[in-house]
Amino acid sequence: MNVIDSGNVAAATAVKLAKADVIAAYPITPQTPLTEKLSQMIDEGEMDAEYVAVESEHSALAVCIGAASAGVRAFTATSANGLLYMSEQVHWAAGARLPLVMCVVNRGVGAPWTVWNDHQDSISQRDAGWIQIYVKDHQEIMDTTIKAFRLAEEVSIPVMVCYDGYYLSHTYMPYDVPEQEKVDQFLPPYHYKHTLTPEAPENLNSVTMPDTRKDIRGDAAPCYMDIRYNLHDEMIQSIEKFEAIDSAFQEIFERGGNPVVTPYRMDDAEHVVVAMGTLANQFKVVIDRIREESGIKVGVLAINLYRPFPIDYIIKALEGRKGVVVYEKALSYGNQGALFGDVKSALYPCEKRPVIQNHIIGLGGREIKTDTLYETLIASCRKADENSGITDTPNWVGLQTVEPTAAER
Amino acid sequence: MSSDIIEIRWHGRGGMGAITAAKLVAEGAFLSGYGGAIMAPTFGTERRGAPVHTSLKISKEKINDLSPIETPDIVVVLDHMIMSEVDVTAGLKPGGMVVLNTPKSLEKSKINGYRVAVAHVNEIALESGLRKGIVNTGIIGAFAKATGLVDIDVLSDCIEREFAGKRAKENAAAAKTTYERTQVEE
Repeated sequence: MNVIDSGNVAAATAVKLAKADVIAAYPITPQTPLTEKLSQMIDEGEMDAEYVAVESEHSALAVCIGAASAGVRAFTATSANGLLYMSEQVHWAAGARLPLVMCVVNRGVGAPWTVWNDHQDSISQRDAGWIQIYVKDHQEIMDTTIKAFRLAEEVSIPVMVCYDGYYLSHTYMPYDVPEQEKVDQFLPPYHYKHTLTPEAPENLNSVTMPDTRKDIRGDAAPCYMDIRYNLHDEMIQSIEKFEAIDSAFQEIFERGGNPVVTPYRMDDAEHVVVAMGTLANQFKVVIDRIREESGIKVGVLAINLYRPFPIDYIIKALEGRKGVVVYEKALSYGNQGALFGDVKSALYPCEKRPVIQNHIIGLGGREIKTDTLYETLIASCRKADENSGITDTPNWVGLQTVEPTAAER
Repeated sequence: MSSDIIEIRWHGRGGMGAITAAKLVAEGAFLSGYGGAIMAPTFGTERRGAPVHTSLKISKEKINDLSPIETPDIVVVLDHMIMSEVDVTAGLKPGGMVVLNTPKSLEKSKINGYRVAVAHVNEIALESGLRKGIVNTGIIGAFAKATGLVDIDVLSDCIEREFAGKRAKENAAAAKTTYERTQVEE
């Protein structure tokens, strides 16, 4: 059924369709309407779940960790400082291999306070061991959230579905709401093989020694480093799983494809923009115009799956291009854009490495004008063509009261 | 901005329901074959009574550019008094349409360089059985008459669904009566 509604309502509806049993969340702008909607649906009997009102985000995720350990499907959502407040539990959920799903409604991190969008909140958690998926519109919020439960449960790794605050959370646009029957067909009930019950007590996530030792059955038990290796290894394997899950989704719902990265006008592109979230879709409009008006052959590569980082996909898409321009709404302070660093590192082994440039844009909701993207991208393509004036430092687009100092690296 | 996207900016005050009005028009447009309909409120300083605005873009195709509207084709003003506080025609394309809720006549509401449509929505809403100051459904009728973009019957159905149990008939009637009484500059 087609509806027009906000991204937050799309996310809440997806969680309802996924039949999450426990919701625990603490309200924070711009996530609030998502959890309000869930609590309303539960209150009105439209959704059969328990809503646990908590006093903080740390407790919200702790409740979800407890619920998933007790064998039920759990969901939470947050933004910005709320995500950071739960950070200790974020790492715990990954290490404990609990298949939670969390929507991160992306917002800039204080101080100073901002309620507006950028990606610094979820990017700051990129090394926690969660799968991170960035979506671009409401249909993707809906579909990816449903897929996320299946992915998390198949690989026993929690998944963050990240979507842009305001640009998606509070914006209304059309999307299809899948039928419950089909979602049930796609997403089997949650089954946790280590479900905590009094009948089968288990000791989970207790202190591990630096080196292996025998467990109570006399078998060599994995210790901390081995357990962490498994997380890393199985996270990388989850790329294939995500592809397979997307194929299964396509068979039932007749939409999807390119779940890991989404190419746009890439076939003959000499230059490629790399971006995540709504920014990648905005660039479709920009490069259509650039191709028409200046003849520069440029395409867009949207990174949907950011963790695990799809290195092979990046190489396949970008090796041999003249230029790659990474636009992003977050950075590793004192270094450069996190995505830029990741893309550059992925391309290092390539024989034909493109010239690669980095733009930081839209922090704390600073307006991202389509004209600005147009102008900066053309300039970046020209620089790459001439291979001059390229620096390894990020270029801050749209500063208003400060002038960037000349890059001197 | 791509020329096949129609951009409409809605000006109201916090609590007036400009966002609901824009959302209803988005729904009506979508049901009428506009596959792309994006309604994006501006955020951050919403307070009851303070001027707010919201952006609506409609297009036959999916809309990928979610950036705010800079050069609207149409501006809808839910309260004419806002015009003394906010430049509602900022960026409005030459010859663009301004839809006004005002007690003033069309003659007295003209704005140089633009087309104006007026209706006294406050009065019509009261006549239709709504509480004082409920103008966000009536203004939809004025929008429909002034622009011809979405059929008033489609919009009226959207209003009845949205306000189910909350004076749905009265809200739909306000839109229809306003549609009939809206005066549009030639």
